[in-house]
Amino acid sequence: MSAKRLTVSASPHVRSAETTSGIMLDVIIALVPALAMSAVYFGLRALVLAATTVATAVAAEYLSRLVMKRDNTIGDLSAVVTGLILALNLPASLPLWMAAIGSVIAIVIVKQMFGGIGQNFVNPAITARIILMFSFPAQMANWVRAEFPAAPHYITDAVTGATPMATLNQSWRDFASAEGLPSLREMLLGVHGGSMGEVCAIALLAGGLYLLLRRVISPIIPFSFIGTVAVIMLIAGKGNWQFLCYELLGGGLLLGAFFMATDYTTSPLGAKGRLIFGIGCGVITAVIRLFGSLPEGVSFSIILMNILVPHIERLTTPKPFGYEKPKKESKEQEAAKA
Amino acid sequence: MSKHIDGVLHAAAKGRGGVGVKHNKNTAETPVERMPIPQRVVLPMQQHIGAPCVPTVKVGDTVAVGQVIGDSDKFVSAPIHATVSGTVKAVGDVKLANGLITKGVTIESDGEMRLFDGLEPPKVETVKDLCTAVRASGLVGLGGAGFPTHVKLSIPPDKHVDTLVVNAAECEPYITVDYREIIENTRDIMEGVYTLQRLFGFKNVVIAIEDNKPRAFKRMKEVADMDNDRGDEVKLMVLKSKYPQGAEKMMVLSATGRRVPPGKLPADVGCVVMNVGSVAFVARYLRTGKPLVSRSITVDGSAIEHPNNLRVPIGTNIQDIIDYCGGFKTDPRKIILGGPMMGLAVCDTQSPICKQNNAILAFAEGAPAVKRERACIRCGRCVEVCPMSLMPTLIEREARIKDVDGLKLHNAMVCMECGSCAWACPSGRPLVQYMRLAKQVLREEGSK
Repeated sequence: MSAKRLTVSASPHVRSAETTSGIMLDVIIALVPALAMSAVYFGLRALVLAATTVATAVAAEYLSRLVMKRDNTIGDLSAVVTGLILALNLPASLPLWMAAIGSVIAIVIVKQMFGGIGQNFVNPAITARIILMFSFPAQMANWVRAEFPAAPHYITDAVTGATPMATLNQSWRDFASAEGLPSLREMLLGVHGGSMGEVCAIALLAGGLYLLLRRVISPIIPFSFIGTVAVIMLIAGKGNWQFLCYELLGGGLLLGAFFMATDYTTSPLGAKGRLIFGIGCGVITAVIRLFGSLPEGVSFSIILMNILVPHIERLTTPKPFGYEKPKKESKEQEAAKA
Repeated sequence: MSKHIDGVLHAAAKGRGGVGVKHNKNTAETPVERMPIPQRVVLPMQQHIGAPCVPTVKVGDTVAVGQVIGDSDKFVSAPIHATVSGTVKAVGDVKLANGLITKGVTIESDGEMRLFDGLEPPKVETVKDLCTAVRASGLVGLGGAGFPTHVKLSIPPDKHVDTLVVNAAECEPYITVDYREIIENTRDIMEGVYTLQRLFGFKNVVIAIEDNKPRAFKRMKEVADMDNDRGDEVKLMVLKSKYPQGAEKMMVLSATGRRVPPGKLPADVGCVVMNVGSVAFVARYLRTGKPLVSRSITVDGSAIEHPNNLRVPIGTNIQDIIDYCGGFKTDPRKIILGGPMMGLAVCDTQSPICKQNNAILAFAEGAPAVKRERACIRCGRCVEVCPMSLMPTLIEREARIKDVDGLKLHNAMVCMECGSCAWACPSGRPLVQYMRLAKQVLREEGSK
């Protein structure tokens, strides 16, 4: 026996087949429809932009880990996911160098400087998007209108203009008809202005469904997030279902609810916490859309709720199995003690 | 007709955590084979939870099967009996599979398996008689924990226990000895159940079997049906196969809907839970008076030449058992005593089988696969699967930085180390190891 070496380790000695990189791969697969549709509507440029953010994100992850003398983690594919989600949050016309800056901010400042995967306290892609929005306001608001088929030289020729969100949320108090807005069918398919990944609602729903079926994400956050927005918009629109549909299909709600609010690291661990998180995201999104000066509030809602996660988790610490509420002492006992 | 009911609450199935581990019950249809008498057995004086025994024999003594060779005057302890007849060769320190050194008695077998003269069926009229008899039999929980059975049965008068739960879940992968017990010794189990029911006056008796063992369920039902009236009193329950269905607290929840509070025992909610093998042994002991001198074990795993179920004298050398099963097919990389979820990885096969060991599993390189350890991504799977509703990843972090307040807030002491969290973790984190560390941190804090 002495020649053979046996492994001695703590139980359990069997493990599930799931791995971090497998989960990240599932997220990438779930984002493919949205990416493909962005290429359909915005042309090859969309793919070039995505390739730029992904390549920069992976390179930034590799180099920052190298400089920090930490082990290489690009194999877990999380940098690819961050790069991809960032690209989908950008206008297709954004200069590539700006997009690359976004990736570096997301990976180096937001993620690696806080310790890498699992340690960042806000969502890297959203934070990068917000920083880009304030750094390059003009380019970041250059919403190229999605065309089908994509205009060949759309960067110079394409029609840019207000997104449906901007139109809708400036005049929601007197919303009567969908005049001046794309049709609901166009909203569903994605033929309207917006960031390259958020326009096509069907592609996002397909990706979200895939993540739910593969049990990569729990349904609590997306359902409570979208559900809360729906309830508030139904009240704000005085029961107008058309208004409700525009609010749900437009802007970054689907992309945010399925792919960004569900980010493991920056959302609560437990079911109760996730419910509070989702509802919070929904309320802040709706309030910004209706009363803020910005047309869209998904990014801000998620980042604000990210910051609250430790507090939500503390408040929703589950009671252990079989927990009994301590019985209150009767008045007599208290009196006896006193 | 016995009643056939589904689990009151499919405890570990719905919302109450648990994981779907692969069953790998490869030896399910392998009948238990009696292993030839080993040349020598080593009997450690600590084969149970509680006080160790003190050897009552000395080198050179002739002993017979069933003769007491070690006992303790403490209540939480169980006597040790000679498991072969022969001569005491050594009394002194022996190394257990878990690395602990304890006193032990080595007996060289004379190959005759001569029974000790004084053995006769005990007279049992009352609960007190039963507890005395069970203690004398040396029985400890055969399901793996090794808690002395007479302690479990000595229910304090202030606790009203109305339910006996016979645990036949056998939720650990690979192990099939409980299953074989049901198939081969159904009558013993039912006799044991009737005796316990008669003496204690239990209102409910539930025999709970996981739904991946339909043959075992059928067999139990057949035998219970033959008993007409007596069988009517016994409920047979099918439980969803979900690990850790066989854990005591999960079992009580599934069988009765009652929840055992943290730090409490099943008796606090009116239940006694016994392993199916222990119940069958009680019946056999009351019939024959032969103490616990042998037990069934499953020998399996990718490195074992001929997986088998064996009946071996307690104290048989692990390597001898493996050799009897054809030895190793390939070089083993991990040898586990018990199941793969909660069993103990051993560093050496030169140690004896104890009362509570129910399996020897030997695995070759790569099976079971090891997952690369990465940083926690806070996916929450450990929280979802924890049957005790804990947050293992937070407890891990607090254990590493010895954050006592955090560990108290997150109830680290409640963990039963079932391993569901570590099984489910996509980042391959050794969460059970950290759970143990967490408890150690809390114990140290408590003793300050």
